[in-house]
Amino acid sequence: MHALANPTRFLKLAATIQPWAAGLCILCFLFGLPIALLFSPPDYQQGDTVRIMYIHVPAAWMGLFCYGVMAAGSASYLIWRHPVANMIAKSSAPIGAMFTALCLLTGMLWGQPMWGTPWVWDARLTSMLVLFFLYLGYIALGGAFDSPEQGDKAAAILALVGSVNLPIIKFSVDWWNSLHQPSIFSMAGISVDAAMLPPLFLMVGAFQLYYVVVVLMSVRAQVLTAKIRAAKLMRTT
Amino acid sequence: MAKRKTQRLYFILLGGLAVATGVALVLTAFEDSIVFFYSPTEISQQTLSPGQRIRIGGLVETGSVNAEGETTTFSVTDTAESLNIVYRGILPDLFREGQGIVAEGYMLASGTFQASDVLAKHDETYMPPEVADAIKAAGEWRGDEPQQEATSNSTMASP
Repeated sequence: MHALANPTRFLKLAATIQPWAAGLCILCFLFGLPIALLFSPPDYQQGDTVRIMYIHVPAAWMGLFCYGVMAAGSASYLIWRHPVANMIAKSSAPIGAMFTALCLLTGMLWGQPMWGTPWVWDARLTSMLVLFFLYLGYIALGGAFDSPEQGDKAAAILALVGSVNLPIIKFSVDWWNSLHQPSIFSMAGISVDAAMLPPLFLMVGAFQLYYVVVVLMSVRAQVLTAKIRAAKLMRTT
Repeated sequence: MAKRKTQRLYFILLGGLAVATGVALVLTAFEDSIVFFYSPTEISQQTLSPGQRIRIGGLVETGSVNAEGETTTFSVTDTAESLNIVYRGILPDLFREGQGIVAEGYMLASGTFQASDVLAKHDETYMPPEVADAIKAAGEWRGDEPQQEATSNSTMASP
């Protein structure tokens, strides 16, 4: 971990991983989307509407995952002053916000035909909306200071405080009565039929790899920008 | 330098603990407002003021659904208590006997629940129709029975 705190070493590793991740991501989408949307079986009670799950569930997981990375990156930035960790945290925010928004939107599209309403203020839906606002707050707070370092620190603290929301989202359907159904993963196993798992996991893989590619691109750009700024300063002085 | 790092680590860990404790206390205190619906058992134990709007959730009792024009009467159960509900309007597609539903409305003086909205709940089981048929044919189907749904949806039966 500490070795990767060196931006140059990180750049090297990122350049190796990125094309592989991009290729695999395209493959996952290429197989996952048609299987999920066309060739997988319909559900016994929801029919074809169940296909929304293949976007909704991976998007929800990514919303939580990106926040987890953001909080971990923020913590190691605040404690050990890892510059790369902070760059990863900052790059994860817009991606996580996008996945959370995708989750909320597909959830509304799914809720209307199945529940009879696109939105209710139950614990799961509300905590997921709070997650979306936390992302927006993190992005806004990071840019609200004159000195970038001050902004980064304030945003990192917000990310850490907000991470208390992650277990609330995860367990909201177990702790309180909610309209949203419990998680498909439980101690008893997966409650999704085996025929529906390949498209689900392909889509999870596709979203995950998409995240890896975009984060690596974004961090590389941030490292290079920092280097250019340093080089300019060197020349003027 | 190393000392400052450890200091920051402890500071963040302590801060995290404080925030988590605070949030846990708030969530426990507001539990009644966070739950989305009450079960018929919980309703029977509460004294509601007339016209107070609440949400009630449970399974539609088999054989209890009666439709007259736009008005539907049915009862929901949490397997311990059940409650009669009157609703005027269009029911969601998933509404049927044995299905989990959430109704919003108020109690009438007669002890019947007047619903203004009925939402359908579904559980987290997804499977192709053929698989569902095969399970039904094998006599292993437990999806429509209150017992199974009540336990698979851990929040419905227990308070």
